[in-house]
Amino acid sequence: MIVTKAPPLPRLGKSLRRPDGMAKARGVFKFSSDLDEPGMLWGHLVRSPHPAARIAEIDISPARAMAGAAAVLLAGDVPGRPTYGLNYPDQPVFASDEVRHVGEVVAAVAADHPLTARRAAEAVAVRYEVGEPVTDPEVALRAAPVHPLGNVLAEQRVVRGDVAAEGDVVVEGYYETGMQDQAFLGTEAALAVPDGQGGIDIYVATQWLHIDQDQISASLGVPHDQVRVHLAGVGGSFGAREDLSMQIPLCLLALRTGRAVKMVFGREESFLGHVHRHPARMWYRHSADRSGRLVKVEARILLDGGAYLSSSPAVLSNVACFAAGPYRVPNAFVEATCARTNNPPCGAMRGFGSVQVCVAHEAQMDRLAAALGMDPIELRRRNALRPGDDLVTGQVLEGAVPVIELLEACSSAPLPPERHWETTEPGDLALPGGSGRAAEPLRVRRGVGVALGFKNIMFSCAFDDYSVARCRLEGGRVTITTAAAEVGQGLVTLLHQIAGEVLGTDEVVLAEASTVGIGSAGSTSASRQSVMTGGAVQAACQAVADAVLAATAARVGVPRASLQLAGGRVVSDDGCVDVPVAEAGALCGECFEETVTYQHAATAELDEKGQGDAHVAFVFSAHRAVVDVDVDLGLVKVVEMTTAQDVGRVLNPLQLVGQIEGGTSQGVGFAVMEELIVEHGRVRNPSFTDYAIPTALDMPPVRIAALVQEPQPGLPFGAKGAGEPPAISSTAAVLAAVRDATGVAVNRAPVHPPDIALALAPGTRAGQGDAGVTPS
Amino acid sequence: MSTAQAVSHFAISCEVNGTTVDRVVAVRQLLADFIREDLGLTGTHLGCEHGVCGACTVVLDGEAVRSCLALAVQADGRSITTIEGLSGDGLTSMQQAFRRAHALQCGFCTPGFIATLSVADPSDYHDEAGVRQLISGNLCRCTGYENIVAAVCEEWGIERS
Ligand code: FES
Ligand code: FES
Repeated sequence: MIVTKAPPLPRLGKSLRRPDGMAKARGVFKFSSDLDEPGMLWGHLVRSPHPAARIAEIDISPARAMAGAAAVLLAGDVPGRPTYGLNYPDQPVFASDEVRHVGEVVAAVAADHPLTARRAAEAVAVRYEVGEPVTDPEVALRAAPVHPLGNVLAEQRVVRGDVAAEGDVVVEGYYETGMQDQAFLGTEAALAVPDGQGGIDIYVATQWLHIDQDQISASLGVPHDQVRVHLAGVGGSFGAREDLSMQIPLCLLALRTGRAVKMVFGREESFLGHVHRHPARMWYRHSADRSGRLVKVEARILLDGGAYLSSSPAVLSNVACFAAGPYRVPNAFVEATCARTNNPPCGAMRGFGSVQVCVAHEAQMDRLAAALGMDPIELRRRNALRPGDDLVTGQVLEGAVPVIELLEACSSAPLPPERHWETTEPGDLALPGGSGRAAEPLRVRRGVGVALGFKNIMFSCAFDDYSVARCRLEGGRVTITTAAAEVGQGLVTLLHQIAGEVLGTDEVVLAEASTVGIGSAGSTSASRQSVMTGGAVQAACQAVADAVLAATAARVGVPRASLQLAGGRVVSDDGCVDVPVAEAGALCGECFEETVTYQHAATAELDEKGQGDAHVAFVFSAHRAVVDVDVDLGLVKVVEMTTAQDVGRVLNPLQLVGQIEGGTSQGVGFAVMEELIVEHGRVRNPSFTDYAIPTALDMPPVRIAALVQEPQPGLPFGAKGAGEPPAISSTAAVLAAVRDATGVAVNRAPVHPPDIALALAPGTRAGQGDAGVTPS
Repeated sequence: MSTAQAVSHFAISCEVNGTTVDRVVAVRQLLADFIREDLGLTGTHLGCEHGVCGACTVVLDGEAVRSCLALAVQADGRSITTIEGLSGDGLTSMQQAFRRAHALQCGFCTPGFIATLSVADPSDYHDEAGVRQLISGNLCRCTGYENIVAAVCEEWGIERS
């Protein structure tokens, strides 16, 4: 079902198929791991096995002496800035005095064969004086600094209204979310090729070419324009490629050896070599009046940022802004802190900040509903944000705020049929546990849960957020150039459609994304590319269309004012001229080229009370989950996910729904299976055997209850980004359904079987208190 | 070479996508690395290197095999078909179904799915649950499987539940 308030467009809104689909289906699309260059070397990184240690000595001679080894690099070999970082360069390219997390890079080697490179890396002898790691974020706030910049990576308060206000009914709860991994299928890989004149080309799977270029150039000490970053095929990203992984060491190896060098992370190294979703601890207190209207939300939220800053400030800012959920909250007090520890660094992952707090605020809403004796859907309806409301940050919501529509659509969708377990054989794949540890059919309970969530799209908090696009029209053929990273989401299709829409043609070619000759497109994150680069491409094509119109007027000898652009065509008042823009341009015999920078409306910083118009636009999301739970084994089978999304305008229905299904599956995974287990700073499960992501059997059907199309004023075509929202409320909905099925007050994502089974074991009192974890 | 010393290399002869290939390979070399590095057939992808994700699936003597779990020497005297061989010059109808149904986003998992499906007998599958079971050994992180299931069901004429 599509709720439509937007008039249709000729090309946009159609399910155009991906332009790269043919190559990907045939296996000829080149991912970054598929690149090669004659005579290239292979690189490998030396990583710390300790979460906290002093480096007493590094002996590289055994590695150097190895036949086939071409270079071994340490911190002293970094000619430029010794550190890097997305927000602030606090992370060493190579650790030299101290290591602060397991997997921190200490050295890099290049050799003529991947195996030799690995052996040479193993031969680099590092003597560590092992220290005591700080692995608890609460302890970190009081502990000796893990880094000279201290153990507070970010903090933000939100103070609104009367913090002493109190309603008639008060509920409190403690919630936790674990460390999730993006787990893209294509691990990190890149190829660096020196140009022989001090410059370098790097072909890499990344999310943001120009920020890579900035950081590589600074550490190489090589001028910006001599560091050329090219997008290589990306096998998924979901936030994990926003930080650098191997770029600087790889370029250094290539410059040092004067040869092309390739590096590919294995799966285990990938788990160590990129940031994860921040684990969160969340204490909440909601109060409401007897009619269920929220009076106040209080929260204390602590994130574990791991050893380095990455994008923690932005994640934390989201945590603070969205802590109360998409509800009217007159009074609030939120205290959010991100601590530095010796755990693996955390940073961007789909929906960041909002995913964690959604688990907590939605559990609180259910708890409040129970305390009030009210239907949880009704409680949400009463408190849902509406157009013109303001957030706890004081920002007034402009444009679409379809929270109630999403809630209604999700909660009123038909439920899947009940299972008749009496006739089910043990081992039936529909049972929780599937064919493995199969549940006892008659001990399976069904539950239903609903959750709402929201998030900002694009970059917030006064960030200078822009994207540059070039449109060239020559002989009727359109070439679009941007540096935007296609990571699988389908931006390439949308850019085709947008250019085609404005210029009235399907003859559109996208140039390869690189930093050469074009400005930044910004990051493929924060659900921003369809708006930002989509907007830049629209504006560049519009500028070309305007020029074509002027040239056409001159060519046919009519006043310019007698011609108009309509639906990708140049049309005259008298109807004598009516041609697609691209064709009109070809008839003029000229080449038209325009480069345009698209910027969204300016945003402000949050002040110390968390007040300010920090965001440019918001998206809202709703999910309903249906689960079957085996109460003895604590196994959860997600039976169905239903979702309703606030999309602004649908640009490509098939791709949009693809994003929604994929995002929902990552949320389902986070609810029931995905967690990096970190003990004493060590990831215990860095493999796809032990870090399980959903298979086709774990994923239920995803039903789209509504795509609410209410074009957002100020955004190109009124379309909102769609990458993150489906990942926000899906986890919380599954947890709510598990609580409904079992009565156990599950308070953590992911829920592990013992959290359910032990809480319901004979002799315990189900649902009396928080299952899973208790606050430290 | 004394008999106590391990054999480090081995000459193999196999058929790859219909062409006979004679090579000397390291005995410990993985079939996946042989296919990707030695033969340059990079459509076979490595997602986990230990038999979980299915991205490296190839067809070995008519059976779907994870090439990260097989050694190159095991291909001696046998016939391998990779995604490049499955595709030929165009797309098979299953590949077309994937493209039509938007069953691929990043596309890293796609060759593995296509290889798994290429050796399955459609007449063994009557419902969506069966299709899900068939492809449950292939991981996809982007799609949530919905469109992959849709593509297979469409191609095999299975009504979705
Ligand atoms: S790479 Fe072989 S199964 Fe994952
Ligand atoms: S399409 Fe990206 S992993 Fe399947």
